[in-house]
Amino acid sequence: MTSMTIRADNLTWGVGQKTIVRDVSLRVEKNETLGLIGPNGSGKSSLLRLLAGLKRPRSGQVEIEGQNIASLSRRALARQLAFVQQSAASDTNLSVRDVVKLGRTPHRSALSGWSSADEAAVAAAIARVDMVARRGQAWQTLSGGERQRVHIARALAQSPTIMFLDEPTNHLDIHHQIEILRMVRDLDLTSVVALHDLNLASMFCDRIAVMQNGALVACDLPSKVMTESLLHEVFRIKAEVSPDESSGRPHIRFCSE
Amino acid sequence: MLVALAFVVALATTIGDYRIGFGTVVLAISNGLGLTGADIPPIQESVVWDLRLSRALVAALSGAGLALCGAILQALLRNPLAEPFVLGVSAGASTGAVCVIVLGIGAGSLSLSMGAFAGAFSAFALVALLSNGATSGPNHTILAGVAAAQLFNALTSYIVTTSGNAQQARDVMFWLLGSFGGVRWPDFQLLILVIVFGLAVCLWMARTLDAFTFGDEDAAALGVPVARIRLVLFAVTAMITATIVSMVGAIGFVGLVVPHAARYIVGPLHLRLLPASAALGAVFMVLADIASRVVATQQTVPIGVVTALVGVPFFAIILYRARPST
Repeated sequence: MTSMTIRADNLTWGVGQKTIVRDVSLRVEKNETLGLIGPNGSGKSSLLRLLAGLKRPRSGQVEIEGQNIASLSRRALARQLAFVQQSAASDTNLSVRDVVKLGRTPHRSALSGWSSADEAAVAAAIARVDMVARRGQAWQTLSGGERQRVHIARALAQSPTIMFLDEPTNHLDIHHQIEILRMVRDLDLTSVVALHDLNLASMFCDRIAVMQNGALVACDLPSKVMTESLLHEVFRIKAEVSPDESSGRPHIRFCSE
Repeated sequence: MLVALAFVVALATTIGDYRIGFGTVVLAISNGLGLTGADIPPIQESVVWDLRLSRALVAALSGAGLALCGAILQALLRNPLAEPFVLGVSAGASTGAVCVIVLGIGAGSLSLSMGAFAGAFSAFALVALLSNGATSGPNHTILAGVAAAQLFNALTSYIVTTSGNAQQARDVMFWLLGSFGGVRWPDFQLLILVIVFGLAVCLWMARTLDAFTFGDEDAAALGVPVARIRLVLFAVTAMITATIVSMVGAIGFVGLVVPHAARYIVGPLHLRLLPASAALGAVFMVLADIASRVVATQQTVPIGVVTALVGVPFFAIILYRARPST
């Protein structure tokens, strides 16, 4: 129980009359990579934002390492939690390094200078996503995969203990999808990743949480969650699931009929 | 940049219908500052010190203030077309001013400014109300600003057409296009307080503004209390804009274009962009004021006309040079 990082209890949230997340309770362990899957509109993104404190739940609460996040300021929260949006865009033409430096915002006051700790965090983050050679390059000249890596570097520069990623592989080709997820899995952090690709979720996540109509319907090891009956139930697809020969993780083959 | 500013201010005090030599101007200014006691004709000294210098300095501060507000709103609303009047402030100010000019609510120049200021602030209050106290997104705020501007412009037109005569309509139009004609030292004193205060607040939040690069939610994820920052900065820009508009009218274009020019020179990070915008806006406005006095002899072209006439070609050059290389 001591290794618990995120603990969410009975989270409910909605817009107007519509309830989007209903009564979700969830635990995430330290350094675990938790995948969040579910059909469009099942409440994945909203749940991710509730966990990251970007939305306030109507009821229920989230604790991060034993502290209720409602009692923390945005700034204090941002020193512990980083959030990577799906393909966040900007018209501003900053350099890669300038974008990563934004990650230090929660650690700097209005008048403080650029400290050696700031510099070290930024340099390490840029190195971690393998963008050292391109650190001076302008944002607008980067490809989609490079931009996503820079966003992850910026999140790393926040020196967080937990990272939330909302469909970080959207719009990327398969090579870059795998590259990003491998990077996320290998980070020394707790991470919660919303994903669409079931096979990638199965390959890279320690556990998988499944959302349907705003409720959490399963949360377990990939081999327990990725079953033919659950996929039929939640995604309304017919699929064959068999263990992968090398990793033993479930591999999903969709049937065309 | 400060050297350039000092130079254009000196130039502005030298140029005018009443010819005064540059040497006399320098002496008159140092007399006014109490540095020298040179013997120069009192009328010349008075023209330089009381009329031209105060006018040039108010022009500089107005340019700085409008450009600063433009830079802030472009960042907060994430819209390159944002400018100080996007929150409906100038439309509100004109309605207030028209109430004074046409309906004669109060009388005298002081109440014209007061009327404009009151109108500007009621417009801002309406926009703040319509955009849920700045908690909703940038587009919502822009729409609220457009709605408020339309409402107040309609009110202005309604008052002018139903109650005004031709002369009053002409007065209103001239006032709307802006003029530095009537400004004196008390205006400068008020304006410098507002601008220095506004600039200090904005520089304090410069790094926070950078965090808005990828949008409101991203700023929140970086630890920025988004709603509070937006409300504070909207209020500060509204205060600066309302003060300027109530003094010299709604001078367009500076707040839209100068931040883009400054961004082109110093880049998009706000710790450098905000002072650069202010300085560039000041220089530009003083130059525009000089131009407004020299292009047509014996009369003054409205400053808003000049800022657009001078500014558009200048802006075209920047757009052309900053075009994507692909």
